[in-house]
Parts: sequence; structure tokens; C-alpha cells
Amino acid sequence: MSMPFNFSDKGNSWYQLVTAKTGDLHLQLTGSYTLISLNQSLPVVAKKLTQLASQPDLHWDLTNIHQLDYAGAAMLWRAWNGRRPDYLLLRPEQERMFHRLEKMIALPEPSQRKWFLPVSLLGQQLLRFFDHLAGMITLSGQIVLDIFYLIAHPGRIPVREISANLYRTGAQALGITAIVGFLIGIVLSYLSSEQLHMFGADVYIVNILGMSVIRELGPMLAAILVAGRSGSAMTAQLGVMRVTEELDALTVMGIPHSLRLVLPKIIGLGLALPLIVLWTSAVALLGGLLAADLQVGLSIHYALNSLPDAVPIANLWLGLGKGVVCGMAIALIACHFGLRIQPNTESLGEGTTNSVVTSITAVIIIDAIFAVAFSNIGIRIVS
Amino acid sequence: MTRTDPVIEITGLMTRFGSNIIHENINLTVFKGEVLALVGGSGSGKTTLLRQMLGLITPAQGSVKVLGAARYACDREEERNLRIRSGVLFQQGALFSALTVYDNIALPMRELRILSESMIRDLVMLKLGMVGVETQHAHKMPSELSGGMIKRVALARALALDPELLFLDEPTAGLDPALSESFVELIRALREELALTIIMVTHDLDTLIAISDRVAVLADRGIVALGSIPDIVVNKHPFIKNFFGGVRGRNALRVLNLDQADSGSEHSAPLVL
Repeated sequence: MSMPFNFSDKGNSWYQLVTAKTGDLHLQLTGSYTLISLNQSLPVVAKKLTQLASQPDLHWDLTNIHQLDYAGAAMLWRAWNGRRPDYLLLRPEQERMFHRLEKMIALPEPSQRKWFLPVSLLGQQLLRFFDHLAGMITLSGQIVLDIFYLIAHPGRIPVREISANLYRTGAQALGITAIVGFLIGIVLSYLSSEQLHMFGADVYIVNILGMSVIRELGPMLAAILVAGRSGSAMTAQLGVMRVTEELDALTVMGIPHSLRLVLPKIIGLGLALPLIVLWTSAVALLGGLLAADLQVGLSIHYALNSLPDAVPIANLWLGLGKGVVCGMAIALIACHFGLRIQPNTESLGEGTTNSVVTSITAVIIIDAIFAVAFSNIGIRIVS
Repeated sequence: MTRTDPVIEITGLMTRFGSNIIHENINLTVFKGEVLALVGGSGSGKTTLLRQMLGLITPAQGSVKVLGAARYACDREEERNLRIRSGVLFQQGALFSALTVYDNIALPMRELRILSESMIRDLVMLKLGMVGVETQHAHKMPSELSGGMIKRVALARALALDPELLFLDEPTAGLDPALSESFVELIRALREELALTIIMVTHDLDTLIAISDRVAVLADRGIVALGSIPDIVVNKHPFIKNFFGGVRGRNALRVLNLDQADSGSEHSAPLVL
């Protein structure tokens, strides 16, 4: 037998092997078998004890243990492979601990995790998508009903909430959209004016800038920025209201969520986004024309004069229309995800992320639909 | 109870939020194996004092020594030992809502990085058994649990590392009378079994009387009374008279047969008015 007769580690003496007069081998455990004193030596001690436990006729003597806690007891229990050794000497309080360990019920298996299968994963995603779609259709239907109700009862229109949303999503977004719009305008103008200059077609910079900014870039930039900024805020606000039971408080007061929380957001953003689109387009154009002036010497005065000829007015209406539709879609999606948040932290983060990703995707899909539906409006085709 | 073995020593403690002074010159010693209750009106700084013992709020002045280590001037190793040797039950449970019951209790054990996963499993099931939570709840999320169950799971998590020192913040707040009685019973049984030292903040008179050995009454920015319940109830401080002298207080004290002692002040009350 090559077992050590004494085992100590880091200054602690854990056990002694003693041969009694009767010839039996006694294992006396010493020291504190607590988490704090076992600490880093725990795996080593556990391994040694497990080796010793393989000797069936070993007498275990735990009465000399200074202090034993459940971590130490559980370690011994593991070493004994879940049953008491044949010869065991315990103090009464230790007896109680091992009694608890004996009564311990095994951890039940978690309910079947089917979602690991790729097929059911795909199916679940699809079902979730339809579930969200149905939820959003229900919510928009509810909003339409609310609008009919408000037409019949104009006194009930939540004017203050709409105004607050207009301020929060519109006025407070002016700064960031201006900075982004201005820089994009400069970049776009810089790149295209260099190219046009090679062909001596400098003046067409007005056409390129005007068409792209007013018809496409302005509305898209504004919508994507607002989706990230206001969409996430709306989802998080509703989500926190769910967590703190504020939504339930509103319900019991007879204040419907859709009328007082969702509708003002949709109308507010539906009004605010076209205005932000106008603002972003204007600043982007300004940036672009300034850059063109500095780059190829195209005077701003001339550029502004030729803008109405270069860009038909229909493009502006198209851009504003995109603003209205995107704004309402962003608010609807944000509210839908916000109302679905469960009262836990993980759900809040997940809901906000999903809301922003979905609304940005929706914005791009709406843009594509506009592009197809209005492909022959506002574009002069030279035949 | 040996009065020679201090677990927590607070000396000259002062707390200030802005210009608002909460505590002034607080001295308090908690001895090994006792249950000390902190009581006081709303805003008297009970929870603040508890949080200072936990190391969550740094006091403006004074020292807090917990288990022999200065709470606000200890090195990493001492800090780690302190965390292992003390457990906290927060008022709302503070279970991690993204983790299951099992993972909530296993988290402090896993953080140690010395226990094997199979040992952690044994210990978690043991702790769940201790607090009387059936094993079928182990895979549930905290949001699926009832209020009483959350408290039990939170207690199991507080006991995860076999602490010597247990802090309870309003242990029975938000529980119905039957549940809070069984929870108090549970704490009492575990205290016996695990030789715990308990520091508890509570408003609930029944809880106070059922488990506390000593009571520290916080009022007027300091500790106005400290001692066993029979010693405290005879104190003439207005807060204490209100706290124990009300109908609820008298009813609760009847358990201790203290209504005799109390009746004297009851008779004198009309004269004072």
C-alpha cells in the first residue's frame, strides 16, 4: 500500500492513518473541513479521500474535525460515493449533517430541450414570426378602432401625450440628424463632384445630390436614426412599465394602453418623422452644396436656383410620405415589442434589440416598396 | 451566549447624504451567535446601516470591522473571505431573473472556482432541501415563483457558501402571516443548525419577538436603545413607546408575557395625554 500515512497541504494537516491495536486501519480526519479553510486544497483533499474510500475496511473517524460545514460534508459524501462507509465515527452535529445529505433528493432532469433540434428551431422561429405578425396586426387594428373612437369623442384625444412624443422624438432628435445629414452630404458631394469634374459635368452635381438626398438618403437616414433612437426608448419605456406593473395599474384605472400609450407614440412619430426628414434633407443638401462650392467652385446661389429644375417637387412629397409611413411603422413595432416584454431583465434587453432590428428592417422594406410603387413618379426619363 | 467574541464592531460611525446627516457617532457590537435586530422608523437609516456592514455604502466617518477585518480597508484576499463568510437576504430577494433557481444558488459556488460541478449539484439540492423548496422548482425561473418561494430561494442562495454571518433585510416583508410565520420558523431552525450570527432589519413585531436576542433601536440619528426586548419595552423614548405601545405592539408582546410590564405605561398614558 503506497498510501501516505499523513497528508498535509499548505500548512494544514488533513488526516492521519493509524493502525489500532486490533489491527484495523483508522483514518482520523483533523483540521477544519470548511469551504474557507479547504479553499484551494479542496480538489487535492477530495482526490486523496476518494482514493482512501476505496478501502472497504477503513475506519473513518470524524470526531477530531475542528469544524465541518456542508461543503466539507458534501466533499466527504462525494468521496464515499453517496453512502456512509461501513465503519464511521461521528459527533452528533455531524450526524445531523450527514442525515440531511442522505435525505437529499437528486436534481430532476430539466424538461426536454427540444429546441436544440435545428428543424424545430426553424419551425419555432417561423411560428414566432407569425405570432409577432398577428400581434402587430391586432395592435394596428386596435389603433384604427381607437382612431374611430376619437373621431366620435374628440375631447378624449390624448393631446398632451402626442405633444410630449412630438417633442421627445422630434425636437430632441434635431441635433443628431443634422450632424449625420451634414456629414453624409459632404461625403456624397465630394465623391461625385470629383467624378463629374473629370467629364466636365460639374453642374450635374445638383441633380445627383438633389435626387439622392431628397428622394432616398434624407428619409432613410432620418428613419434609421429615429428607429435606433426613439424606437429603442419606446420599447424600453413600455418594458419597464411592464416590469414595475405600471401597465397593470393603468388597466385597472380603466385607461387603455392602446389609446394612451401606443396611439400618441404612433401619431407623434408619424408627425415628427416627416419633419425630421425635411430637416435632414435640407442639412444634407446644404453640406453637399457647401462641399461642391469648395471642391469644384460651384456657387451655392446657382445651385439653389437650379435645384427646382433638377429635382421635381414630387420627390419631396415622396420623401415626406416615406417619413409618415416609416414613423408610424417604427412606433408600432416599438410598442408591439415593448408590450410583449416579460418582467425580467433578459427579456427587456432582448425586446429592445428585436425592436430596433425589426424597425430598421421594416424601414428598408418600406423604402423598397416605395421605390417599386412610385418608380415612374418624380423621375425625368430622357428619351 | 459568549459576549466575548465580537463579529461586527462599529465605532464612531457617521453617515451623510449631501447635507443630510443620517447617523452620528454610532457604536455597535454584534457578538458571535446572536440575532440582532435593527428597528427604527422609516428614514432612520436601518437599511443604510445594514448596507454599510455589507460594504455597499462607505460611511463618512468611523470604522466598521466585520469578522475581524476592516470593512473599508481590506485587501483582496480579506475581502474575498468576508464575502464567503457572510450571506445576504435582500428585501425583494434580488434573484437573478435571467438564471434558473438552480443556477441562482449555484452562482456563488461556481464563482469560487474550486468546487466541482457534481459537488455544486449536491450542495444546491441540499440548500434547497434546507429551505424547504421542492426539487421540481429547481429549473424554474424566478419570475415563475411566488413571493414566499422567492424568499426561500434567496435564503438558500444567501446560505450557499455556509456563511457564519447572515444579513436579513426585512425577511418577512410582503409575506402573508402564515408564510411569514413559517419563514421565521425556518430562520430559527437554520440558526440553531448552522450556528449563525444574524443581523436583521425588520418592521414586523412578530418577527422581531420570535427570533431576535437583542434589539438596536435607531432614532434621532443614533442608537437610542440596545438590549433584549424586555429591557427595550420599558424605555421611555417616544419612538419606542409608539412602536411597542400600539395595539399591534401589545398584542405581539403578549407572547413574551410582557403585558404586565407594559400595563404600567398603559395606565400612565392617559395622564400624559
